[in-house]
Amino acid sequence: MGDFVLDHYDPGEFYCEMLGCPATAEIRDRLGRMPIGEFKRRAAGVEQALYNLGITFTVYSDSQAIDRILPFDAIPRVLPSYEWDRIERGVKQRVTAINLLLDDLYHDQKILKDRVVPTDLILGNANWRPQMRGVKIPHKAYVNICGTDIIRDEKGEFRVLEDNARTPSGVSYVIENRHMMLRSFPDMVDEIGLRSVEDYGMHLVGAMREIAPENTTGGKLEPEIVLLSPGTYNSAYFEHVFLAREMGVPLVEGRDLVVEDDRVWMRTTGGLARVNVIYRRINDDFLDPEAFRPDSMLGVPGLMRAYFAGNVALANAIGTGVADDKAVYAYMPRIIRYYLGEDPVIENVQTNICREESALRYTLDHLHELVVKPVGEAGGYGITIGPRANRAELEECRVKLLADPSNYISQPCISLSVSPTLIDGVVEPRHVDLRPFAITGKDTWVLPGGLTRVALRRGSLVVNSSQGGGSKDTWVFD
Amino acid sequence: MINPLLARYAECLFWLARFVERAENLARILEVHETYARDKSGARDWYTIVQLHADEEAFAEKHKTATAKNVIRFYLTDRENTTSIVNTVRYARENARTLRPLVSTEMWVQLNIFYNRLIAIDERELTPGSLSPLLSEIKEACQTFTGITEGTFYRDQAWYFYRLGRYIERADQTTRLLDSKYYVLMHDTDVGNMVNTGQWLALLRAASGYHAFRLLHQSDLTPWRIAAFLLFNPSFPRSVYLCVREVDSALTGLKSRYNLRGGNDVAEGLDQLRSILGTRSIEEVLAGGLHEFIDFIQRYLIAITDRLGAAFFGHPPVETPAWQDADLWPPFATTPDADLQIQSQA
Repeated sequence: MGDFVLDHYDPGEFYCEMLGCPATAEIRDRLGRMPIGEFKRRAAGVEQALYNLGITFTVYSDSQAIDRILPFDAIPRVLPSYEWDRIERGVKQRVTAINLLLDDLYHDQKILKDRVVPTDLILGNANWRPQMRGVKIPHKAYVNICGTDIIRDEKGEFRVLEDNARTPSGVSYVIENRHMMLRSFPDMVDEIGLRSVEDYGMHLVGAMREIAPENTTGGKLEPEIVLLSPGTYNSAYFEHVFLAREMGVPLVEGRDLVVEDDRVWMRTTGGLARVNVIYRRINDDFLDPEAFRPDSMLGVPGLMRAYFAGNVALANAIGTGVADDKAVYAYMPRIIRYYLGEDPVIENVQTNICREESALRYTLDHLHELVVKPVGEAGGYGITIGPRANRAELEECRVKLLADPSNYISQPCISLSVSPTLIDGVVEPRHVDLRPFAITGKDTWVLPGGLTRVALRRGSLVVNSSQGGGSKDTWVFD
Repeated sequence: MINPLLARYAECLFWLARFVERAENLARILEVHETYARDKSGARDWYTIVQLHADEEAFAEKHKTATAKNVIRFYLTDRENTTSIVNTVRYARENARTLRPLVSTEMWVQLNIFYNRLIAIDERELTPGSLSPLLSEIKEACQTFTGITEGTFYRDQAWYFYRLGRYIERADQTTRLLDSKYYVLMHDTDVGNMVNTGQWLALLRAASGYHAFRLLHQSDLTPWRIAAFLLFNPSFPRSVYLCVREVDSALTGLKSRYNLRGGNDVAEGLDQLRSILGTRSIEEVLAGGLHEFIDFIQRYLIAITDRLGAAFFGHPPVETPAWQDADLWPPFATTPDADLQIQSQA
């Protein structure tokens, strides 16, 4: 047993976020001077505080545990400002390109006419919303809240793994994790030039004001903004609460809203009150049973009528899912060049689109070394990791691929970077990723840092919270 | 600028307050019985708690006899019993979970810790000698919540709905506490019976009213004085009269400060209830029957709750009879008086 936190830490062959960069020396020193017993005691205090807060993560498949703590690891993931600056530029570039893409797709479709992206990939996409053709979106900001999943490979190169342009979650953990660190490890944080994450709510509510439909506030100075949640049993309810509090807006459910005269109202103690902007945390297809899934109990009948009449703004806009599709992702470098005339600041992970015959053949020939992902799934479900799969699992994957090739992409298996993590009282390397959050109204702003997820199981590359992942505080420091 | 309050939130606040208040009072009722469990009348005493909550059927499904052990488990830790303390606090917590955007973090954390404590209650804590401290702990946890709310909850209309719930429930619970001993009064009114006097004093203590009562009545510790004190005293924080006055003031505040138009019928009903509680003498009540009077108040409070639902919580309009309808009224055949005239004209 070592006496201090980093005494016996060995990242092995992986790129380590803590040791790989000279700028983290001061933080390493502080951890190096912290007795492991002291660190464990404080980490246990954090865990207790989270438990008392009832900070929970609901996993649909686990019916026994409605409330479960999302594990928090107290050793921060660190990013010096020069590395962060690049990520920030990369995220802004990506969000800008995605918004230009959506505006184009729902209006002129130049990118399809120029054959940069295959037409059937877009128009045949499950998330394509033809109703959005010609609909005007303020500032052309379709994706007001974007989460870009970024990983680092074994050489320490950042790469974009995925775009989340629908209703990305996790930002509440970024801010709560920071609060925990500030409370329990003030001596670690002191005077390292840590960038604040406090003003996320302010930026978010600012963007919501910017997208409010003109002349709908009925003479009021401020538009009425609400956050629409599926309710207390949703896996991200805690986050919805958190955001509503940070924004200072009502948290509503579908049953609280009603559409009359193509306008949206909420039911209050004093009767109906007008609503101008909805930050919705409900997917497109559940939003309005009149327009989409008729069996949805979560939505608001008539909401789309109000939306298309320009009487209410929705964030994110309807139909953004076509841009964060895993198959469209493969075209993102070309999309960035097409609209911005720039090279991507952060490259994609090399991606084989199995709908293309050569890519399918390559994937089938190299199954044992590739990661195969269904394009329509989120949360890490349905992924086959070739090097970890046994013969039967590979065979099952092959059958699925052949049955429906266009539902899959494949990527090389990247050894994600690691970060020191406290596991059962011992500090061990664990794989991490990063999800920065970008808010877009008139302009785009990126929250410094973002959500660092950590795969707590030894050797696991799946960081999703639904699959045994935890989170860390992310430190961007000057 | 007036912040709008969702009707659903208003209702959750109302019930959050009620459930916390209810848990506290259930702990009080169990405590007073625990104190007298060893009396000769102790055994039959426990069943009154079951009757008090109209749980006879549900209780019979689980237990053959109303022993102290059975009743305590049923009302403290039984997760299948919807009226147990653990479930009452669970409902409070569920409401608070919905209200997280509105209530302070301290309120939520305390309730969360409280609930986690309740589901961790050990069998050994339910034995004589351990039970009283546990009940005190529960009572104090509820009081802590009330105090945190007092000190942290933002005072806009949400606060008024919270107060409405708290005082309606407290009024109701005081009548239940009283009802749990009414048979002592009805069946044995011998002032010299020290066992019964002792039970009434325990009742007073359970309501935290012993000291205040002593200030008023240095001697003459009659059960009906205690009943009068719990029903009508204008200064005792758990008296039915004071609670109804607080409900009235919360409603008035809501309507005047937040321009809420609904609830006129509730205000009317509250005026009438206040006037009854403010002018009735205990002798009149006893003549008509204490239990009947208590029953009347309880039904009145239910009617008020229904009408609040229609006025503010988005429920459909109430179809129940108007205030002056006979079935809301206690059988006061022996004591006709002026108050009743006013009601029937309304």
